[in-house]
Amino acid sequence: MQAEYLHQYLPLVASTGLVLSPEQRATLQVSLEIVKKNYKFSRVYFWGKILGLTADYFIVMGVETDELRGRKSLYSLNCMDWKLLPPATDEMIERSMRVKGRFMGDPSHEYDTISVKKNEEEMASLELKVKEEERLTATIEQINREAAIVPRGAFIKTPLEQIHKNRSFGGLSVTEAGKLQSYLHFTEPVILKKKSQLLQANLEDSVDFLNSLEDDELKVFWSLQYERGSKLVILQNLLWLGFIFFHVPETSQHGSIYMGLGERNIDFPFMI
Amino acid sequence: MSDEVPKPSQSESEGKIQHSEFASSISSQELLVQVESEHTLTSVNEIIIQNAKAYLLQQSPITNLNLYDHLSQVLTKVLDERPDNAVDIIEDISKKVKRSQFSKKMDTLRDEYENSMAYGLAEVQKSLFVKTVETEEGAAADHEEEVADTPLPNVMEMAYYFEQAGIGLSSDEMYRIFLALKQLVEAHPLQKCRFWGKILGINGNYIIAEVDFREGEEDAEELGEEEDAEGKEDDKEDFDRTEEEETEEPEDKPPESTYKPPPVIPKEENRSGTNRYTYFVCSEPAKPWVKLPPVTPAQITVARKIKKFFTGNLDAPVISYPPFPGNEMSYLRAQIARISAGSQISPLGFYQFGDEEEEEEEGSVRDNYEENPEFEGIATAELLDTMANWVHHTQHILPQGRCVWFNPVQKKEEDFEEEEEEEEREAPDEPEPEVGPPLLTPLSEDAEVNNIPPWAVKPSSILIPQYASALVRSNLWPGAYTFAIGKKFENVYFGWGHKYSPENYSPSSAPPVQAEYASGPDITEVDDPTVEEEQALRAALEERLAAAEEAEEEEEEEEEEDDDDN
Repeated sequence: MQAEYLHQYLPLVASTGLVLSPEQRATLQVSLEIVKKNYKFSRVYFWGKILGLTADYFIVMGVETDELRGRKSLYSLNCMDWKLLPPATDEMIERSMRVKGRFMGDPSHEYDTISVKKNEEEMASLELKVKEEERLTATIEQINREAAIVPRGAFIKTPLEQIHKNRSFGGLSVTEAGKLQSYLHFTEPVILKKKSQLLQANLEDSVDFLNSLEDDELKVFWSLQYERGSKLVILQNLLWLGFIFFHVPETSQHGSIYMGLGERNIDFPFMI
Repeated sequence: MSDEVPKPSQSESEGKIQHSEFASSISSQELLVQVESEHTLTSVNEIIIQNAKAYLLQQSPITNLNLYDHLSQVLTKVLDERPDNAVDIIEDISKKVKRSQFSKKMDTLRDEYENSMAYGLAEVQKSLFVKTVETEEGAAADHEEEVADTPLPNVMEMAYYFEQAGIGLSSDEMYRIFLALKQLVEAHPLQKCRFWGKILGINGNYIIAEVDFREGEEDAEELGEEEDAEGKEDDKEDFDRTEEEETEEPEDKPPESTYKPPPVIPKEENRSGTNRYTYFVCSEPAKPWVKLPPVTPAQITVARKIKKFFTGNLDAPVISYPPFPGNEMSYLRAQIARISAGSQISPLGFYQFGDEEEEEEEGSVRDNYEENPEFEGIATAELLDTMANWVHHTQHILPQGRCVWFNPVQKKEEDFEEEEEEEEREAPDEPEPEVGPPLLTPLSEDAEVNNIPPWAVKPSSILIPQYASALVRSNLWPGAYTFAIGKKFENVYFGWGHKYSPENYSPSSAPPVQAEYASGPDITEVDDPTVEEEQALRAALEERLAAAEEAEEEEEEEEEEDDDDN
């Protein structure tokens, strides 16, 4: 969620029980301004917190111009000193997927994973070392790909193919906010399905350039709840437990945060 | 119609349209047909223009406007008002014109519908904020009771400490929970009440209160329920049992038939073991509190083997393998029992054992603890230092599903003297008693699982250690938190209600196929004898017969000889 509104929005996502302590909030308010200036970001988002065994990671995302593609992540252990994370490559993600267990809390920790490579003839097992930093950035990238969502209409694609915040986004209505199709995955679209002519009439190129949640094959990954009557809509991701997206209908307030262990819920099919 | 035609086409070429022209727009479709030769425009261009105009005059079904009229209104407005830099604000002007076209009817309809959900909840929650009005007689006494010894916990104080450590709900949600607990306290005769935590579900969440009834009060409520339940059970058992069965404890002994189902391990008595406390649940503050039933060992053993999300609806069935005996209400209760047993801790010394006069019998477990009035608090630094300063104050649940081991094999007319003999005999069916760690064991004794320490402790503040509290997080039950500072401590759970395991969950496999009947010689199949075998058998038989006959003949001859001799 946007760093400027951190103070206001935190109570809205507090329904899972994890919040930031007043000390952390105060520190963030100061250090994020410094980060914004140092890295020349146009906007800074507080991405969330990953709980490790000995220490927790606070993660922040900075955006320069393009909201979707020009993102950089930074992490910190004490909300004051921020380090830039390397961008995640697919290979990094694949290696980190093999690491099981909690985050240690020490960025220089190395995990030993055994990967079995199947060549055409033989199977060789390699011992790979995965550093915690790599695992961190890979996890953040995965969560962004699978869980990050925005309400439809909140971001528009300019004719120059840049993605900007939509200044005239007035918020979803209460009924629209209750439907999964009003939310779009905020990541590079996979395939924009060819919709029938009837549905296409309502689509707009500038707004509907992302995959809608309704297009997911399994919509059960999301739990949509109304809080405070209809004044707040909370979507929680069941695959990445701890990811919360909130939206106040009829206003442009929306945001998401991840507060959790940083592990994918592999038992999901059994739990549903 | 032919009279009206020249006017629109004239004004087109001038680029200006008056309001009076609007009447002619209705007949715009006919414009396509009419072409006047008076004008200098060629017929082809004219057709193109007419097509374009027809397209612009198409009405949008959503707003009943068309672009042609809209643009003409916008240009009229610009020309009337003559703003500066009109080209930069043309979009805003266009929007304003559009907005003024909105029909109010749609607005009011939408408004009425939107408010219903929030309004409904607000109405329900209004009851939270009403101060009960007492009658004159009981007013003074009740007021004192309210202010002095109330079982209501100070939720806001706990919320403050937890927030310092980064845990908790938003402060108004906490306050509403506080008020809801107050309602609970007023509705039931409670000795102790505590906010246990919040369990999240897919469609709704649960707010859980841990409650200890006053002695005697709860039994009165429970008796009514139990009598109904037991009445039904007794009827069923009479049906199954034969007359010889003793009728002392129908719940303990399985019915005597050739099929012996595994014995049902009875649940623990209220106020002991897993059922030490009673739990109330509600989905939102001000909604009615529902009492959860006591948990049975069978439910705990199955709950250990399954992992399911809660849906938020207490009557939802829990579909799993092994099949869970009960619906979501019982599953919730079982998980609460497991979480409480695994993660409720307190600083060392806060609780102490009661009278230590009785000797410990073998196998008996201490289950009584009381607050230590001389507890002076442990310094935060020491709490952070070692886990030996923290102890469990809930009993560990044995694999059987209870806290106190129950021997399922019970012979009739058991005496204490005979017990020793039975143990010596070592009957094969006799299961070994299960033992768990005793109450008030320090956390440093907890075993590590998968090389992860089961607890993580941190101070609440790095920058100000003088006033920091210690926060303990459970790694086995993510979501269980405890803080302690000075003499205060509290446990809470915010989470999904599942245990953590780095390995993925795999459901238990089905039991092996049961043997239908014992194998014996009369049932086992044997191959039919082959022809050679039969012939050999027959030959052997004939030989024997022949031998037997010969033997008989010899005997007869001998007898004859004897007779002859005599």
